[in-house]
Amino acid sequence: MQNKINSLPGPDDIYREVLPNGITVLTRPNFNSPSVVLAGYFEAGALFDPDEKLGLAEYTTISLMRGTKTRTFDDIYNSLESVGASLGLNTGIHKSGFNGRSLSEDLPLLLDLLSEALREPVFPKTEVEKLRAQLLTGLAIRAEDTGDMASMAFDKILFKDHPYSRPEDGYPETIQTIKRNDLVKFHREHYGPRGMVISIVGAVKPEAAVRQVKRALGSWQAKGQKETPALPPLKTLKKTVSKHHRISGKSQSDLIIGTNGPMRRDPEFMPASIGNNILGQFGMMGRIGDVVREKSGLAYYAYSSLSAGLGPGSWEVNAGVNPQNVKKATDLIVEELKRFVQEGVTADELADTKANFIGRLPLSLESNGGVANALLNIERHDLGLDYYRRYEGLVNEVTADEVLNAARKFINLDRLAIAVAGP
Amino acid sequence: MNNSLTQTTLSNGLKVLLKEVHTAPIISSWLWYRVGSRDEVQGRTGVSHWVEHMQFKGTEQFPANLLDKAISREGGSWNAFTYIDWTAYFETMPADKIDLALRLESDRMLNSRFQPEEVASERTVIISEREGSENEPLFLLGEAMQQTAFRIHPYHHEVIGDKVDLQTMTRDDLYNHYRAFYVPNNAVMAVAGDFDTQSMLARIRELFEPVPAGSEPARLARAEPPQNGEVRLSVEGPGSTSYVQVCYRFPAASHPDFFPLSVLDSLLAGPSNLNMFSGGISNKTSRLYRALVDKEYVVSVHGGAQATIDPFMYTITMTVHPRRKPEEALAALDREIQRVKDEKVTKEEITRAIKQARALFAYGSENITNQGFWLGYAEMFADYGWFETYLDKLATVTAKDIQRVANEYFKPQSRVIGTYIPQEGK
Repeated sequence: MQNKINSLPGPDDIYREVLPNGITVLTRPNFNSPSVVLAGYFEAGALFDPDEKLGLAEYTTISLMRGTKTRTFDDIYNSLESVGASLGLNTGIHKSGFNGRSLSEDLPLLLDLLSEALREPVFPKTEVEKLRAQLLTGLAIRAEDTGDMASMAFDKILFKDHPYSRPEDGYPETIQTIKRNDLVKFHREHYGPRGMVISIVGAVKPEAAVRQVKRALGSWQAKGQKETPALPPLKTLKKTVSKHHRISGKSQSDLIIGTNGPMRRDPEFMPASIGNNILGQFGMMGRIGDVVREKSGLAYYAYSSLSAGLGPGSWEVNAGVNPQNVKKATDLIVEELKRFVQEGVTADELADTKANFIGRLPLSLESNGGVANALLNIERHDLGLDYYRRYEGLVNEVTADEVLNAARKFINLDRLAIAVAGP
Repeated sequence: MNNSLTQTTLSNGLKVLLKEVHTAPIISSWLWYRVGSRDEVQGRTGVSHWVEHMQFKGTEQFPANLLDKAISREGGSWNAFTYIDWTAYFETMPADKIDLALRLESDRMLNSRFQPEEVASERTVIISEREGSENEPLFLLGEAMQQTAFRIHPYHHEVIGDKVDLQTMTRDDLYNHYRAFYVPNNAVMAVAGDFDTQSMLARIRELFEPVPAGSEPARLARAEPPQNGEVRLSVEGPGSTSYVQVCYRFPAASHPDFFPLSVLDSLLAGPSNLNMFSGGISNKTSRLYRALVDKEYVVSVHGGAQATIDPFMYTITMTVHPRRKPEEALAALDREIQRVKDEKVTKEEITRAIKQARALFAYGSENITNQGFWLGYAEMFADYGWFETYLDKLATVTAKDIQRVANEYFKPQSRVIGTYIPQEGK
C-alpha cells in the first residue's frame, strides 16, 4: 500500500522557481498517465472594470484567443483540437486565469498558444462582434436562471457599494458600450508577467517544464502594467435585508441566506471551514441538509458554503425549493443558524468533520487538475510548500470553542442577507 | 502486479472485475446494476431513480445517518447515478478504509428498508429535483424530443420520471422494483486501486457470496419501429433565447456502426466524451462550429453520442443567434449534414478524431475513480473488451465507412426536430 503522507505534494516534490520577469512557476511530475495540466492566474481581474464598462476584463480575456499576430482564431483552435488539447481563459474579481490540458508531448504547443494569447492578441473586429452576441446571449440566459439571479441579488445585498457586488460578466447595457479599443487599452494597461503564476502537473520533468515556460514566456516584459487597486472597506449590514427577484414561469425558486465570512488568510478560516462542514456539508449536506431535505423533504439541494479568498468572504446557505415553500425553508434555515451560533458544535460532530477533512485530502489531489489547483492555492495564499503535509495537524488543532467563536463573529441573525429568485 | 485485470463470476452470478493501480493510496469501488428507466412501465416512470435515492436511506445494519457519516468520516467520496440503461453506486476511499464500502454495498443489495416515512419525505425531494430541471429550457425540450422519438420503447421517458407518477407511486412499487433488479446475478462489481487482487477477491466473496441469486429480471422488449417521416415539435416557455435540437437515430454501442459514427460525431461537433466524469475539449474547429457559430447562425452547437444498450439518439443542440430564426439555423445545419453525405471526409480529419479520442482516454485514466468507472461501465452495454479495443476500432474507420453511415443514419425521414420558443415577458 502507498504511504499516505508521501503521496501528498510537499517541498521534496514540488519545484518552484521565480523567473527574472516575475512569473512564478510551480510544477510537480506525475508519470501515471501520459497527460499534463497547465493552470495559472495573472493580474487583470474584474476589479479594474469601470462601472459603466462592467464585463470589460472578461471580454478582454475571452478575446485573447480570437486571433494573435501569428495565428487566426481558427488556426489557434485547430492546433489545439487537432491534438485533443484544450486551453481556456477566465476572469475572476482579483485575477484572471487559464486552464489547459494535453498529452504531455503537446505541452510546448499549449505554452506557445498561451504566450501568444497573453502577449500578442490582435482583437479582430469581426471576432469581437461575434463574441459580443455570444456574451449577450449568455446574459439573456443568466436572466432566466434562478440560481444565477439569486446569487447576484445576494451579492448586491451583502457587498453593497463594494466591488464584490458586481457580476464579472457585466450587464447587457455595459457589454453594449464596450468598444474594441477598450479591449486593446485594457490589455495594454493590465497584462504583464508581474504577479503571474503558472502551475504544470503531469508527465513532464520539472526542469523540462520550467525550460518550456522560460522559452515561451521568459522574455515577456510589460512596462505599463498597472498596480491592482486596493479594496475599499466593506460596509457590513445593519439589519437583515431581503430581496425577491421575480422570474415568472419557473417551477423552482433559488434561495440564499448568508452573511460575511473570513478571508482565506484569516485565523478564523480553518475553524469556520470546519464549522461550515458541520452546518451544511458533512454527510448529506450537514445539519441544513438534514432539516431541509431529509426531515422536511423540501429540497433536492440545501447546503452551506464558505467563499474565502483574497478579500472579505461570504458564508451562505443555498436551497432550491418549490416557490410555495420559500418561507418554510427560510424559517428552517434561520432556525438552524440560530442553533449553530448559540450552541456551537458537539465533540462528535467535530471529530467526524476532522476525520472527513483529513481523509478526503488524497482524493482531492488524485488528478493532475487537483494537484495543479492545490499548487496555485499554496501560492495565492502563501500557505507554504509543506501546507498539504501539515494539513492534518492544522485541522486537528481546531477546538469547538474556536468554531463557535468563528460562527459568532460572522453569523449575526439580525443582519442576514436573504435573496430569492423565482416566481 | 500493476494494472492487471482480473475478471471472475461468483457462484451467485455477481460479475467481479478488479484492477490493481498503485499510483495513490486510494481505492474506488463501483457496483453496477442492470436497471434503468428502460425497465419502467407507464405509471411507474422514475422508479429506478427513486430506488437509487432509497438506497441511501439505510438498512438495519447501516441506518441512514450512520451510513452517511461513516463514509464521510473516513474521507470517502460516494454517489450514485441512474441512467436509461443502468444504475451505479460508487465509493472512492482511502485504501485502508475500503472495507466499509464493500460491507455497505453487500448489505444494501438485499437489506434496504424502504420505510414508508422515508418514502414519503423522498417523494417531495425527487419532485423538487424534477422541478429544478424544469427550470431549464433544454430539459423541457429534451424531454419532448425523447417522448416523440420513442413511442413504443421505454426510452420514451426521462430518467427522473413523469411528475404524475412521482406523485402516485407507492412504497410497494419501489420495493418490488428493488427486489426484482437488485440481485447479484444482475450486477457487476468493479474495483480499481491500491489493493492486492487475491485478498480483495477473497473479501468480496466473503461479503457478497451469501447474497442469494434471484430470478433473472423480466425485461421489456418493445423495440421502437422505424420512423417513416420527419417529426417537428415545439415547446414554449419563459426566456428570450431560442434553442433547436435535431435527433437522429443512433445504433447500440455494440453495433459496428457505432465506431464510424463516433468519428463522424467528432468531426461534425467535436468529440463526445463517453466518460461522464472527465470533461471534454472545445469544438471550435469542428465542421458545425465553423459553419454555424462562425457564420453566426447560432451562438453554440453541441453534438451528443451516448453508448447505450438499444438504439438511442444522436442529438445536435443549437442555441440560436439572437439575430437569426430557428429555421435559418436548421437550414445551415442541413447543408453540413448534406456535405458529409455527398463528399468523403479527408484522411486528416479521421486521424484527428482518433488523436482526440486518445487524448480523452488519457485524461480519463488520470484518476482511480475514473478507472473504476470504465471497468464496469463498458459491461453495461458490451464488455470491458469494448473499452480496451475502442481506439483500435476507431483506427480502422475509413472515409467510405463514414460516408455510408452518414447516409444510413442521418435520414430526414427518421429524425425529430424540436424548437424551444421563448415567450418573452409572459
